[in-house]
Amino acid sequence: MSCCAPAIEAAAELGRSPSPDELRIASRELGNGLRQIDLSVPSIHCGACIAAIERGFRGVAGVERARVNLSTKRLAVTWRGETPPPVFAVLDRLGYQANLFEPESDARDPELSRLLRALAVAGFCAMNIMLLSVSVWSGADAETRQAFHWISAALALPALVYSGRIFYASAWSALRHGRTNMDVPISIGVTLAFALSLYDTIGNGPHAYFDASTSLLFFLLIGRTLDHMMRGKARAAVEGLSRMMPRGATVLRDDGSRDYLPADEIRPGMRLVLMPGERILVDGVVESGSADIDCAIATGESAPQAVDIGSTLRSGTLNLNGFLMMTATADARGSFVAEMIAMMDAAEGGRARYRRLADRAARLYSPVVHATALLTFLGWLAATGDWHRAISIAIAVLIITCPCALGLAVPMVQAVAARRLFEAGIMVKDGSAMERLAEIDWAVFDKTGTLTVGRPRVVEIVGDEKTREIAAALARHSNHPVARAVAAIGKDADLSFRNVREVAGLGIEATLDGHLYRLGRSSWASGEQGPQTVLACDGRPVLSIAVEDGLRPDAREAVEALRDAGIGATILSGDSPAAVTAAARRVGISDAVAGLLPSGKIDRLAALSASGRKVLMVGDGLNDAPALSAAHVSMAPASAADIGRNAADFVFLHDTLMAIPRAYAVCKEAGRLVRQNFALAIAYNAIALPVAILGHVTPLIAALAMSLSSVLVVANALRLRGASPSGKVRRPVRSVAPELAVEA
Amino acid sequence: MTSLVYLVPLALLLGGAALAAFLWTLRSGQYDDLRGAAERVLLDDEFDRPLRGPLDE
Repeated sequence: MSCCAPAIEAAAELGRSPSPDELRIASRELGNGLRQIDLSVPSIHCGACIAAIERGFRGVAGVERARVNLSTKRLAVTWRGETPPPVFAVLDRLGYQANLFEPESDARDPELSRLLRALAVAGFCAMNIMLLSVSVWSGADAETRQAFHWISAALALPALVYSGRIFYASAWSALRHGRTNMDVPISIGVTLAFALSLYDTIGNGPHAYFDASTSLLFFLLIGRTLDHMMRGKARAAVEGLSRMMPRGATVLRDDGSRDYLPADEIRPGMRLVLMPGERILVDGVVESGSADIDCAIATGESAPQAVDIGSTLRSGTLNLNGFLMMTATADARGSFVAEMIAMMDAAEGGRARYRRLADRAARLYSPVVHATALLTFLGWLAATGDWHRAISIAIAVLIITCPCALGLAVPMVQAVAARRLFEAGIMVKDGSAMERLAEIDWAVFDKTGTLTVGRPRVVEIVGDEKTREIAAALARHSNHPVARAVAAIGKDADLSFRNVREVAGLGIEATLDGHLYRLGRSSWASGEQGPQTVLACDGRPVLSIAVEDGLRPDAREAVEALRDAGIGATILSGDSPAAVTAAARRVGISDAVAGLLPSGKIDRLAALSASGRKVLMVGDGLNDAPALSAAHVSMAPASAADIGRNAADFVFLHDTLMAIPRAYAVCKEAGRLVRQNFALAIAYNAIALPVAILGHVTPLIAALAMSLSSVLVVANALRLRGASPSGKVRRPVRSVAPELAVEA
Repeated sequence: MTSLVYLVPLALLLGGAALAAFLWTLRSGQYDDLRGAAERVLLDDEFDRPLRGPLDE
């Protein structure tokens, strides 16, 4: 099993386990009180993992069923009841690192099953007709040929009606809006070929194109199905943001009574009561009380900020531990979160303007096909006056030029590229994102959680073994990120503290054997100034701990690899200038901007794209979501906030940042193969079109030409390798003791 | 020619059966986890049921 279970430390270090609330929101209802959580577990990789995880979940309270999908490396946990089961704790114990997975992308896709059924029917009909056609081509006598043509006609009709309607519907909707797309010549070609063949069969003619029209449908449907699988699903990032917000807040009236009012009845000037664990609904100012506030939505920082009387509060931030009374300064529509939602809506609209390569090619190509077929028809009609001959040659031109190869050129490459990226631990949300990633010339990084791990780690300890144990045991009483890092420095010593008290923004104190211990900010614990976290005994410092947010593995190498590929880099962070400059120096990026709000990041991105840059945004926080939607293309680590993952085009599952240059390399190569495929398709047309226009295309030649070009394009797409700059994919296993893992 | 009268319908019938079988496997979610299905053969008997989506139950 050593091959399967990664070191527990890896999970403890990076896995930011979501709260039960977050788990419940991420679950989807199955009916009958059942709910399902979908998780992505990148380190699942063999049958033993299936057994370990599914057995591990047996007997966990509330869990109805746990099911591993080895192909997609996902885990679906079905549960019952009000509170979700501790899935992350169970997986942690088993040694697996997991992330929440958007449930909507896992839901069954009715359009995909429709395409697959159409594909199956077209495949069945095309194969059987082809079988009959081979005997006709090899010289069946007139009577047998006639019988086979009739059977073919009977087989082609359901293919046309059932499988062809996908093209008819699309062609019709294009024509109705006065446009034309690639489905128009396809529909005309297939229908006319069928009609003419039927006419010839009735008239006892020697040639029928039933095989050509059905196999055309079959090949095109393969392309269409792949294309659909690669197409971006509707993003739910904006809904995620509004779903996260509370529905209302408790208002304190002047007469002292309390009322719970819905969000849209809160007005500026109202006094609101905030309980610990509550998300702030509207912007406001603290009237009384003090607390630690999680401002991740505004700054991306996981470290809480202390607030007290007079501090301003932004909507969307989370009250971690104190009772607060605040005065609203805005209503829900004028608050910070509403602004973010508006920004994301605007950004999504902007991105929809990107036209995919295949669409652009079809736009150019489709009028050419129409014109060539029409001219051929008119030319032959003028030259011979034989309308039957003119029509059959024009149909041959339509069928030959109908781009089987063109229809497969892009989706086939993208499907192979998505597979290669998945093998390297990168998920693609949208096929067009691969085209966009290949174009980038600038990369913008968020700091916390993207370049850095996003949670503090102990890098230096000065003090003896006994005080370490005391510090660790004391730290276990707090949920502050620094305290959690400190808790890892000792073994599980069982010390009986008394009067444990957490002071927001400063630290934690308790008495042990008659001594007062304080762990926290140096100035508060020992009265001395210093940047360190200190454990003080009766006001005397006994242990000092340096805590730092470590870089993600390979952050520096990834930035260098991008620079080698000619891509510049910028850091846009919501953190303080000192922290940002330090991180920038360590990864080797000279251009760094600190203290940005989400709108500031959007402005910077807009400035970059105004200067002609195609920008890749890499970010993870809630505050990055608008920037992720606004950038030309975006990536997020799987540890990112749910909304950030939703807004990004790519999600990388392992911790290493080498995923970025690797994805770039694969997309670059995919772009090269797509261009090659286009060249192949055009070369094929250059040869086949004159033959078709001159009227030399028999059903045999049409079938051969069509299959050959499609096979060629598919074979070319399969050449794509997951070429990575640093060779093999690194396992996400890091078993270094936390205090030794000092970043170089 | 006489042999064709029953051979061709027979061939079509067999092909049709294959098509129906494919549509059934598609509907019952047997393509959702191809690698997992291969591994589950080697696990204890309680794991070897085909993966079924929540909608099918």
